[in-house]
Amino acid sequence: MNNQSAVQSNIEFKHHTLSNGLEFVAECNPDAVSTGLAFFVRTGARDESAELSGVSHFLEHMCFKGTPTRSAEDVNRELDEMGSQSNAFTSQEQTVYFCSVLPEHQLAALNLLSDIMRPTLRQSDFDTEKQVILEEIAKYDDQPPYGGHDAALLKHFNSHPLGNSVLGTTESVSALTQPQMLEYFHRQYSANNLILAMAGNIDFDRIIEQLEAECSDWINHDVRRDTNRYSTTPNTADITNIQKDSAHQQYIIQIADGPSATDMDRSAGQLMSTIFGDDNNSRLFWDLIDTGKAEYAVLESQEYQGSGIFMGYLCCPPENQQSLLQRYCQLTADLHENGVTQQELDTAQAKVCSHIVLRGERPANRMFNIGSNWIQRGIYETTRAATDRIEAVTRHDIQKVLDKYPLSPATTVATGPKTAQH
Amino acid sequence: MPASSIDTYQFDNGLTLLVEQMPWLESAAVTFLVPAGCQRDPATQPGLAKLTAEMLQRGCGDLQSRELEQAMDQLGLARSTAVTNYHIRLSAAMPATRLPAALTIYANLLQRPLLPATQIDDGRMVCIQELLAMQDDLSQKLMEELRIRQYPDPYSRSAHGTLETLQEISIDDVQQFYTQNFTPHETIISIAGNVDSKQISQTVNELFGNWTGHETTPINTTPPPGGHHHMEQESSQTQIGIVFPSVPYSHPDYFQSRGAIGVLSDGMSSRLFSEVREKRGLCYTVFAMCHTLREQGCVLTYAGTTTDRAQETLDVLLSELIRLGDGILPAELDRLKAKIKSGLIMQQESSNSRASSIAADWHLLGKVRTTDELSRILDGLSCDSINHYLANNRPTNFRVVTLGQNSLDTSGAITTGNTSANSGVL
Repeated sequence: MNNQSAVQSNIEFKHHTLSNGLEFVAECNPDAVSTGLAFFVRTGARDESAELSGVSHFLEHMCFKGTPTRSAEDVNRELDEMGSQSNAFTSQEQTVYFCSVLPEHQLAALNLLSDIMRPTLRQSDFDTEKQVILEEIAKYDDQPPYGGHDAALLKHFNSHPLGNSVLGTTESVSALTQPQMLEYFHRQYSANNLILAMAGNIDFDRIIEQLEAECSDWINHDVRRDTNRYSTTPNTADITNIQKDSAHQQYIIQIADGPSATDMDRSAGQLMSTIFGDDNNSRLFWDLIDTGKAEYAVLESQEYQGSGIFMGYLCCPPENQQSLLQRYCQLTADLHENGVTQQELDTAQAKVCSHIVLRGERPANRMFNIGSNWIQRGIYETTRAATDRIEAVTRHDIQKVLDKYPLSPATTVATGPKTAQH
Repeated sequence: MPASSIDTYQFDNGLTLLVEQMPWLESAAVTFLVPAGCQRDPATQPGLAKLTAEMLQRGCGDLQSRELEQAMDQLGLARSTAVTNYHIRLSAAMPATRLPAALTIYANLLQRPLLPATQIDDGRMVCIQELLAMQDDLSQKLMEELRIRQYPDPYSRSAHGTLETLQEISIDDVQQFYTQNFTPHETIISIAGNVDSKQISQTVNELFGNWTGHETTPINTTPPPGGHHHMEQESSQTQIGIVFPSVPYSHPDYFQSRGAIGVLSDGMSSRLFSEVREKRGLCYTVFAMCHTLREQGCVLTYAGTTTDRAQETLDVLLSELIRLGDGILPAELDRLKAKIKSGLIMQQESSNSRASSIAADWHLLGKVRTTDELSRILDGLSCDSINHYLANNRPTNFRVVTLGQNSLDTSGAITTGNTSANSGVL
């Protein structure tokens, strides 16, 4: 079998900063058949005040609605004309606009993406798109865990902005005005608050030339974000119940503190959650899924700037809820007391590393990885460096994470026809 | 990146192996399609294929359940198991050097599963959990009902089964289902990635060449109920589905139909996205897609919208489907071609998508189309050819299924020649 041809030797990382602070990071691979490009904007739900709840996500939609030189139809038509696979998403901390194209379309794709970073935000488009956002909120209202996710974050983060909802509510979005959005846009889409991340087959010099021509007039102001860790003491006994009589299953979310995006413990945290709560071959899997006690039971680590959480998701028949919560608590207690075995760690490392390598084959995935690493941590990490980082974790490191970030006490929110009790 | 080639190996026992060499990748992926899908469930035992697939993963050869999962994780297999109407489908992607070891495990899993009697109740509970969770997935419920309205049984079935039947299935039933349906006849193994075709075919021959089993038996069908249907549900949104007959993938006109539906739904400049979402803001999700069996096909259309806007959404959807019959414009087709072409090229970045595509091709066509062939077919599509097809095959015979608080007026679904669908208020 020939594996020697698939080498990373031609891959090169490049970086450029415009005078207005806009940064461009690229992982150039001349052998790639596609080019991925994305603008990462350092703005999201955590940057919103209560009256602006949902504005980052609404603005993400509005960026596709036209610019001084393009109508909404032009934007959509051009994205399709170049055969792009494109979309955007908003999270607590980022708004990301991305597209994958064949290399010959990369300059056209950049021209379009950079243009929509300066949208017109016309009133009539604002009014129509607001209806789409309200439909999106209604769609998630009908889906498990029926608002449980937002409710759990809100409760856990207390009054810290990381508890803000990305979508906002029907009320908050209905009340948003176009001037409010315009003001938010001017403040948050400052040149130094965005990065362009690219991966794959890249004409680096021409991209810089075009960036300089098209984006150097973007205004730069002082944008700040408070990244202090929140302070809250979760109370495991205080369970929030959201009554949903039409649901067939019960949905439980449990949140505990975890490592932040820049915390040295994050790799150990990731492996701990794989060992304890991956969707396959984890402790939760063997105890709760394989036995059919729960439909799913997973633990994920979620890292933010300055903060982090471990989030457990459980889904089970309503009548199993109490016994399941109890068993989940026993399993976390056992994890704290006895740690993980070497075999568990070895297996988790093999699993995580293999997934990193498989994902790394596609420029589109590398683009997300490069952009996210740069905006969250200010670093570039090769696929190899990522697997090395995972392989370096020891059982002692995992014990340290468990001591520093115990899974209990935790914030608990349950949604469904039953009421959960501690 | 050189053009890929696909090798086909037919074994004496009826097994087909497809190999696509992609030497530029580090990974390899394998897909197994075993003709043991839920269409093989006995009429009295819906859910049997699903429970069999669940039990299949509980140990094989000399590996117990946990040892099996452990071995797969140590090889770094990103894996999945699914029960479709035709198949039990297993797939895995991995670093290419680990493929022979992975195939050894799957050879045991398919030919020597333990199907442990002691775990049947656990396996049953897993299936029941999935069935219950599906009840909370409203759009999936809608799509399953659409298929029931369109295709004859058993092709319209979903794999979940019912609470009653799942509770009755015994380990003997599972064992019997396995013996009857796990057979190399009509089983497809597809491999894509950084592999040597000859070498890997020898490995597959060593591991699967001696596998024996029954020939598959023909399926008896009964016609669908037809008509419109409303499912009452307390919800914020109304789920709207429309289905109408079309040609299957194996039909010479398939790509004419696919081209027309692409204009309707592929991309942000497509008609449905523009007319339903962009111009009117009626919904967040709207799409239409070609769905295909071996000998029949249909188009499934979906939109989810709040209750008081549901009627307008249904009316706009129907008017767009009817308007499609008037034909498409050259610029619309050009955009679609660009999109599909770049998608085909980008498939070359993923061993998993190629393994999955070539297996589906073999199942539906009895041959495999390379990306070059697909590219040539695409080049051959013209506005004239699609419009000619549409003129002779106007979207008609719509069946409307809704799920939500109120039923809708479906009189807009009546078109010329639409004789089989019920009409009027649901």
